[in-house]
Amino acid sequence: MNFLTRLRRFPFWAWFWFILGALYFILPLYATFSFSLSWDPADPFKAYERSFGDSRFWNSFLYSNMLALATILASIILVVPTAYWIRLRLPQARRIVEFLTLMPFVVPAIILVFGMIRIYSTPFTIPFTDIVLMQPLTNFRAGTNILIVAGYMVLSMPYMYRSVDTGMRTVDIRTLTEAAQSLGANWFTIITRVILPNIRSALLSGALLTFAIVVGEVVLASFLGVSAFGPYLFLLGQHRAYEPAALSFVSFLLTWLAMGLIQLVSGGQGQAAGAH
Amino acid sequence: MTTHLALENVSKNFGDFVAVRDFNLEVERGEFVSFLGPSGCGKTTTLRMIAGFEMPSTGKITINGNDITNNPPNQRNVGMVFQSYALFPNMTVAQNIGFGLRVRKEKEADIKDRVNEMLATIHMENKANSYPYQLSGGQMQRVALARALAIRPEVLLLDEPLSALDAKIRVSLRAEIRSIQQKLGITAIYVTHDQEEALSLSDRIVVMNVGEMEQVGSPFEVYNFPTTRFVANFVGSLNTAEAEIVDPGKGILNMDGIQLLSSNVLKDKSKGDKVTIAIRPERLSFLAEGKKENVFDGKVENITFLGSVVRVEVTIGTRKFKMDTFNRPSLNLPNIGDAIKATCSDKAVLILKD
Repeated sequence: MNFLTRLRRFPFWAWFWFILGALYFILPLYATFSFSLSWDPADPFKAYERSFGDSRFWNSFLYSNMLALATILASIILVVPTAYWIRLRLPQARRIVEFLTLMPFVVPAIILVFGMIRIYSTPFTIPFTDIVLMQPLTNFRAGTNILIVAGYMVLSMPYMYRSVDTGMRTVDIRTLTEAAQSLGANWFTIITRVILPNIRSALLSGALLTFAIVVGEVVLASFLGVSAFGPYLFLLGQHRAYEPAALSFVSFLLTWLAMGLIQLVSGGQGQAAGAH
Repeated sequence: MTTHLALENVSKNFGDFVAVRDFNLEVERGEFVSFLGPSGCGKTTTLRMIAGFEMPSTGKITINGNDITNNPPNQRNVGMVFQSYALFPNMTVAQNIGFGLRVRKEKEADIKDRVNEMLATIHMENKANSYPYQLSGGQMQRVALARALAIRPEVLLLDEPLSALDAKIRVSLRAEIRSIQQKLGITAIYVTHDQEEALSLSDRIVVMNVGEMEQVGSPFEVYNFPTTRFVANFVGSLNTAEAEIVDPGKGILNMDGIQLLSSNVLKDKSKGDKVTIAIRPERLSFLAEGKKENVFDGKVENITFLGSVVRVEVTIGTRKFKMDTFNRPSLNLPNIGDAIKATCSDKAVLILKD
């Protein structure tokens, strides 16, 4: 095969668009990274040292991680049985539920948080009496945590529901359920030992997307007055130049690490469960 | 023999659509019964009602005399084998087979013994740690069978288990299914639309059409003595024709001016009644010397080799009939267009109910 034939077979345009797309993503990242190193030429990683040395960073980061884990857990408990039941028994409700899960794209987070504050900042009373059943959720820490996790569940719903639903589409849910039932399994056993293991890479995708949303979320955290990572990064960006760039770059790395994890799991045995 | 599984007046409606109508069947312990019929005849719905995946609209289902009509599927102790195998993809072969036993919280040592026993039964001891995606279709279905049998079910239900397999595997696996069923003495209900499968596997066949039972009988009875036009047409190949009764006592009929003799019962018929007659292609033969009754003049229209059988199409009167004859080197076949004489015994002329 001579050089000209090889050249003709080279997918030039495919590579052109690929490189152009890659540059579109990589250049801003490189610029951010480069800027984060330019604070002190004698100590290029000064912005990173300062960021990691700040206790508020660790506190807010760990708190956001805890919120993310709680959101993921609660979302799985809510979404998996819902998606499963809809696929199994209520396929006609699928379009309605899909529409509902898309609402966070239509209704902005600011509306959600104002609604929450309006409803949950007054005490729960028995109707037509002054007997207080519960203090306003916004008045105490645990209540606020419940509110913010509930809000995050709403925000992450489109990603979690779609991931789980897509995972279930790759598995013959109905027949596997019937097979397990005929072998004596109850609903709990079916969900925990047959369904969940077979959609675990889909669950992981949903979980990581939820994680990414929660860790960087600003609106709900700011208005509910919690010291989460999103507002911390936002405030930092208003007062400092180099640390936010360093933390943004770290956030990118964390996201990429998460995507790598998804690839690793779904490329390995993760989806093997359903795909075959 | 005692009744093991019984369905009494079972019907199933989906809205206005009647999927199964007034189904009655008693199955003895250890019996292999096939539900045979075309798509949409209600055979799978009936099976799913026995499994508990569908609830009958009316009627009762009992196993060992116990009413299980309203029991959920996981409390019926009924094993099921599905067309699509339905193996749990996240579990190995051994884990799949042991799943039902683990659900029943049996001792781990007992589970291991039972799994090994089932692996030996299906000759797959070396695949215990394989995942379903590492198996062929035939192997997957054998594992599904072992998994269903591992729980020692009262009744084994098989929903077209061989449909997704290629022809050779189908034949060998159906022999294996029958052999395992007989060895274990388990009561089995088998759903199929493949008449060959039903005929070769079953103790009894229930032929179904549009939600109703058309005929119940042994493969021999269903094939040789179909009672309805549907059964006659669905099971095996068949020549049918309209005829008029000339003498019900002697079994004499008239088909387009040709006299026919039938030894089948015409008691409830009168002279002049119209009936449908049926003759299996293999019951028609070229005339041997000296025969006087049921001799027909015909003309050869076509000859087709079907391997072990040669099919000759002849026109008798105004109708086309198929004749099957065994293929052998000494076979002296006529040529297309030749005039021939065909014959059949009076037993071969069946009278069908519509």
